[in-house]
Amino acid sequence: MLGRLRRLYGPRGWGAIAAFAVAAFVVVPALRLLVPEHSPLHLSDYYVLLLGKIMCYAMVALALDFVWGYAGILSLGHGLFFALGGYSMGMYLMREIGTEGQYRSHLPDFMVFLDWKEFPWYWAGSEYFWAAVLKVLLVPGLLAFVFGWFAFRSRIKGVYFSIITQALTFAFMLLFFRNETGFGGNNGFTDFKRILGFPLAHPGTKVALFAATALFLLLALIACRYLVTSKFGRVLAAIRDAESRMMFSGYNTRDYKLFAWTFSAVLCGIAGALYVPQVGIINPSEMSPANSIEIAIWVAVGGRGTLVGPLIGAVLVNGAKSWLTVVAPEFWLYFLGALFVLVTLFLPNGIVGALQGRRERAGRAPVLREKEAT
Amino acid sequence: MPKSRLIALLLAGWLLALAAPAHALDAAAVAQLAAEDSAAKIEAVGKLAADGDAAAIPILRALQNDELYAAEGRILIVRGDAATDALTGEPVDTAAAAPEPIVVNNRIRNAIDSALAGLRLVAPERELRLAAARELAGGAGAAMLPLIRAALERESDAEIADLLAQAAATIEIGSPDPEVRRGAVRVLGRSDRPQTLELLAGLLRRNADGDFVEPDAAVRAEAEAAIATIEARLFVPRAIGALFSGLSLGSVLLLAALGLAITFGLMGIINMAHGEMLMIGAYTTFVVQTIFRRYFPEAFDAYLLVAVPAAFLAAGLVGVALERTIIRHLYGRPLETLLTTWGISLILIQAVRTVFGAQNVEVANPSWMSGGFHLGADVVLPSNRVAIVLFAALVVLLVGLFLARTRLGLCVRAVTQNRAMADCMGIPTPRVDWMTFGLGSGIAGLGGVALSQIGNVGPDLGQSYIVDSFMVVVLGGVGQLWGTIIAAIGLGEVNKFLEPYAGAVLGKIFVLVFIILFIQKRPQGLFALKGRAAEA
Repeated sequence: MLGRLRRLYGPRGWGAIAAFAVAAFVVVPALRLLVPEHSPLHLSDYYVLLLGKIMCYAMVALALDFVWGYAGILSLGHGLFFALGGYSMGMYLMREIGTEGQYRSHLPDFMVFLDWKEFPWYWAGSEYFWAAVLKVLLVPGLLAFVFGWFAFRSRIKGVYFSIITQALTFAFMLLFFRNETGFGGNNGFTDFKRILGFPLAHPGTKVALFAATALFLLLALIACRYLVTSKFGRVLAAIRDAESRMMFSGYNTRDYKLFAWTFSAVLCGIAGALYVPQVGIINPSEMSPANSIEIAIWVAVGGRGTLVGPLIGAVLVNGAKSWLTVVAPEFWLYFLGALFVLVTLFLPNGIVGALQGRRERAGRAPVLREKEAT
Repeated sequence: MPKSRLIALLLAGWLLALAAPAHALDAAAVAQLAAEDSAAKIEAVGKLAADGDAAAIPILRALQNDELYAAEGRILIVRGDAATDALTGEPVDTAAAAPEPIVVNNRIRNAIDSALAGLRLVAPERELRLAAARELAGGAGAAMLPLIRAALERESDAEIADLLAQAAATIEIGSPDPEVRRGAVRVLGRSDRPQTLELLAGLLRRNADGDFVEPDAAVRAEAEAAIATIEARLFVPRAIGALFSGLSLGSVLLLAALGLAITFGLMGIINMAHGEMLMIGAYTTFVVQTIFRRYFPEAFDAYLLVAVPAAFLAAGLVGVALERTIIRHLYGRPLETLLTTWGISLILIQAVRTVFGAQNVEVANPSWMSGGFHLGADVVLPSNRVAIVLFAALVVLLVGLFLARTRLGLCVRAVTQNRAMADCMGIPTPRVDWMTFGLGSGIAGLGGVALSQIGNVGPDLGQSYIVDSFMVVVLGGVGQLWGTIIAAIGLGEVNKFLEPYAGAVLGKIFVLVFIILFIQKRPQGLFALKGRAAEA
């Protein structure tokens, strides 16, 4: 097992991972907490938050790459799983506010506002952190499992599957927009005070959340790499390239796809749970179809089916977004739109794919060649 | 003094002169309007109304518009700088009098509304009387009863008389005499207004002590019978109204989804920018409308005749340009086409924002589209919606004829069924592709014209329809005209049918969940292509 883990990456790969770990666990905390504020090397809360946010996005991109790049399933609903993880964590954070809300009630402000007297049944246990962790894993996982079970059973694939996932996230967005649903309606959850007793406004808590995000991102990357290099990963790729042939060869393709799909959704849920305490808000707009499609472009920019590529894509696109929306907000949509068009036309395998392709051109054909009917 | 203000002053003076009382109003009642107590004010309003003197109308109107002032025991109407005595119509110098405004609250406003309606009952014009009677039938104060009775005796028009009888009955239902109440309930049974139903149902309720609101059993029985007859009379127009609103939503969905279904069936690609073709059509309508308003205002009602072909061409040309420059390079890569077209839609949205601004623009209906067809009771079919249903039917008919009767239509069907075989038979598939893509986009442009007539036109217009149009395509199956029609109308009807029970949002969620489940059973949609074409 350990030997297999060691072989996941070559020396350069492990070197890069170690460098990332040092940066995330040592350099960033030191620059934030130990370097005095007036120093030019000091890292402000803004950048810690930005980096933490982008790492969460990178994790979602990784999750989408796992199903899109290796199983050929393009989900346009991954924002839903991300938001569900976020809402699961958000419920716990709302309970942590205690009676410090605007109305000094043990109920969250929005429930007081609706004139509710007690928590609805599905809020039971939301005051325990372990319950929140369980929900972060189970809610997106179960939804994905049930949805996937039905979808893969009736062999929905290609654009049909994409559109249905989009409808799914759209339906959930409408549901969560309603006040009566019990998740804060339009405004969602916000005004969090603390997590596990630590105040969220404290720089130490922020850095700890940042480090936790980095840790989970690394674990997710290694887990994905482990899966795609295993026999499971090879079967998955084979299903992507020729599903009928795999079925004739006696593989139960539905179960393979279902596992990949559910695993990916759980990863998204974890990313959402890490995202919410850092940015301090979760609302239904995270479930909007547009958000989910944006995830796909992060993956496409970096390179599908490379695992590392989506991380790079998420960093580049979101970095550009946070810069452009400040400098020239009216150009952001042009930029994003052009990115969609140009990447699919000229960089079909993304940045990483293009680099690999150059290296491998001498030998065999590029790893990735999507083959889909209809 | 600026000229405009002078004119306004003259006009006001002239109006007042017209309204100047030829004979004395009840001076005590007018003075009472300035009372501190709202109840006293309401009583005064009631008295003025009960007198049935048209001279009270300008005073009540002034009170309604906060133009009535009190100064040293006199009641003044103050408009701008000019003040006149409400009773005599003489101009008053306000500088010396320091008038104080007479404040009205909502209760007083209601009293004024019904008083004005009562006074208009004596007007010679039938339209005025009819409107006043409608207003009174919606609820009138008990003080109005003698006035209504008097008007009822004089009234020769059957429709107005009926409304007046109902107005009187609505008041008499509170009478202490059970016989009068029974008679009132019987009269109300002739009504077809939903408010009357509520009023009658109120009689059958029990109050907090468990007693009936209406103590007399005979009156209750009469009320039950009245409710039954009213409901029976309302049933048909209401059912038609509900069916129609579903049909109208379905027509909109159909116009939005028809082009999508054709291109999806033909090329197997999902055009995420399809919603933006709707938007382009709607904005083209806006531009045509603006040009007409500025240069040919006399022909404004005909602007749609230009807007329809213009929108078709604009959206169609954009579609052809997209197909030629971008989409044709992506055939065989459907998932990436989906992302690319999404990117195109973002660019188009932002472009429209840059050109027209992020705010919604106003598209006016031509005058022949305003109003509606009254179906009896409270059901009205708005003309613009009727026009859209007819328009959608026309478009579908033309598309059907195109597919069935033209050579290009034949080619489209052939390529949809089996692209490779069509290619082998010498059909120029690339040309079929771009022409069809242009056609599909043009149809969406037509949809945009329709949408501009019933809703807001803004850069996000297309986004709000895109998920729904996909659902129509998924439900109807690809490349199937009939499937698309039935899916669109069906979704419209189901949405509107669920709305009263579940609310608009939950209804929509139910529909989405239903579609997701439906696809499990029939992955190819309602009307699957049979034979070899089914497994592409």
